[in-house]
Amino acid sequence: MTITVYVPRDSSAISLGADAVASAIVAEAVKRGASVRLVRNGSRGLLWLEPMVEVATSNGRMAYGPVTPADVHSLFENDFLHGGEHPLGLGATEKIPYLENQERLTFARVGIVDPLSLDDYLTSGGYRGLERALEIGGAATVQAVADSGLRGRGGAAFPAGIKWKTVLETQADQKYVVCNADEGDSGTFSDRMIMEGDPFVLIEGMTIAGIALGATQGYIYVRSEYPYAEATLEQSIASARERGYLGDNILQSGQRFNLEVRRGAGAYICGEETSLLESLEGKRGVIRFKPPLPAIQGLFGKPTLINNVISLASVPVILDKGAEFYRHYGMGRSRGTLPFQLAGNIKHGGLVEKAFGLTLRELLYDYGGGSATGRPIRAVQVGGPLGAYLPVSQFDTPLDYEAFAGISAMIGHGGVVAFDDTVDMAQMARYAMEFCAIESCGKCTPCRIGSVRGVEVIDKIIVGKNRDANIALLRDLCDTMLNGSLCALGGMTPYPIVSALEHFPEDFGARRQDKAA
Amino acid sequence: MSEVQFSDDAVASAIQAEGWRPGPLLPVLHAIQDRIGHVPPEAVPVIAKALNLSRADVHGVISFYHHFRTAPAGRHVVRICVAEACQAMGANALRDHAKSSLRVGFHETTADGAISLEPVYCLGNCACSPSVMVDDDLFGRVSPERFDVLMRGLGETR
Repeated sequence: MTITVYVPRDSSAISLGADAVASAIVAEAVKRGASVRLVRNGSRGLLWLEPMVEVATSNGRMAYGPVTPADVHSLFENDFLHGGEHPLGLGATEKIPYLENQERLTFARVGIVDPLSLDDYLTSGGYRGLERALEIGGAATVQAVADSGLRGRGGAAFPAGIKWKTVLETQADQKYVVCNADEGDSGTFSDRMIMEGDPFVLIEGMTIAGIALGATQGYIYVRSEYPYAEATLEQSIASARERGYLGDNILQSGQRFNLEVRRGAGAYICGEETSLLESLEGKRGVIRFKPPLPAIQGLFGKPTLINNVISLASVPVILDKGAEFYRHYGMGRSRGTLPFQLAGNIKHGGLVEKAFGLTLRELLYDYGGGSATGRPIRAVQVGGPLGAYLPVSQFDTPLDYEAFAGISAMIGHGGVVAFDDTVDMAQMARYAMEFCAIESCGKCTPCRIGSVRGVEVIDKIIVGKNRDANIALLRDLCDTMLNGSLCALGGMTPYPIVSALEHFPEDFGARRQDKAA
Repeated sequence: MSEVQFSDDAVASAIQAEGWRPGPLLPVLHAIQDRIGHVPPEAVPVIAKALNLSRADVHGVISFYHHFRTAPAGRHVVRICVAEACQAMGANALRDHAKSSLRVGFHETTADGAISLEPVYCLGNCACSPSVMVDDDLFGRVSPERFDVLMRGLGETR
């Protein structure tokens, strides 16, 4: 009997040697005459266990990890093909607490199916959302997205339903759907994991959007740092087209939607939606003034729905299971789930999809298991390079858009980067300014010049030159950038800097400010 | 002479393959760089003419994006992630080690033309930091020792 063995094809797994493990398993199986079918699945998101090998047994899938090629011989010796015991054995995959306690809606299939198999996608509930959307029509589809409470998962958390409605109601001879896959925030990889682990869910989400809004052309703008994701998307789009899930007559409905992948070129600013549109048009990624909104005048001046990967990949489950099902998860005005990404100095890094509302502490310790180095976690940056640094005293904040806004922080794209007590927060603040200087598009002065001056001021603070006066100057500069920049790059770079100053003043050689004053 | 001829052909074929797309400039530039490793300055007027743009437009786009290079890189491009998640796991020490062991700075190429060293701001491998990309291959949890092993591997194909 042929036994199915899974070795992830996810970038992170490959970066830790998954390809060599896969080859070793095939070679060992051939040597022993064992009949093995190798599937290169997506990653389950338990990244500290990668490469994590799974075997389909009569008792469900059993996991082993982290596996190196040197372990393969002993895995076969211990009959891992039938779930045999082994020092690397993790038991039934679904029962691993890290996974069992998650609420996977958007990531329901990632790690389970063969990402390149349209048949796997269909047998695991794929394209039910599109069928439903075709049944109820465009207006009802848009209403379902609005009713679900879905907010933009790229970071800005703008209500998706409002964007969709605006594009729907704007009349034009051509409309576009654009997927923002320029996932540049450090500490984030959920877009990549979807594109590599379940590309069809993104394709389906975009197709639903295209048909609902009357947009016949879609673009996925993938960053150039993600070559594996780009290749997976290209292959999946070709399969979908071949089988009539993309093209001029989708599922015989008479509806048309085509999809193209475009590669970015290493500019962080192109994750900002108007800059991304400029880049797609073949220009420098310089941001545009808003208004006009992209929903009214977007790509090539036409109404354009531009959403992040996770936003679009959440649409199929919303259509399939209903807006009520989705909005049942979460708290306050943060509805549904968010795939949080645990990164940096953390013992159990990976992807944790949970309903909004759990606390940062639960994420860091119950899932993350504390720091990787074993030292105390001192600071956590949530929401990428423009997100605030949070001290231990704020770890009980629930992960909810409004709760985070309330402490001058943001959830953003859900990246959580942990640092242990060896971190120098003045250096991290300097890095935030430096990053802004490198990545500024140059359109507005507070960002372009402010970031350069900011690095200089922080350098003076670090060496102790007129420290108090320069800290006051830095705060003033941050205020100017925050209020005077055109987009979130200049406007939010002050978040990590001011939060570092507030919560870790000792790293700047400053006296802790009297909170009562 | 033959090298110029080669790059002319590469530019022409890239324009032919990608120039029909709406907003074709980035796909054309990628196609050229994928073919010959960089976008040579002499390609700028050719691209501008074919796409009905000014030379300034084309030059402006090439210079805006970190990814495009106007001169050949080394035979291998080694990119070290220096973003926050990797910094939390020792990326700065890895960066310093890479610079001293290869005896180059960022945006420089080793004397034997084998390796160009570049910084990169996130490779999306943030739970397996520090990360390094060698050409199109990604590596996670790269200690200075593992970095040396990787570089020795490249040395064999230098």
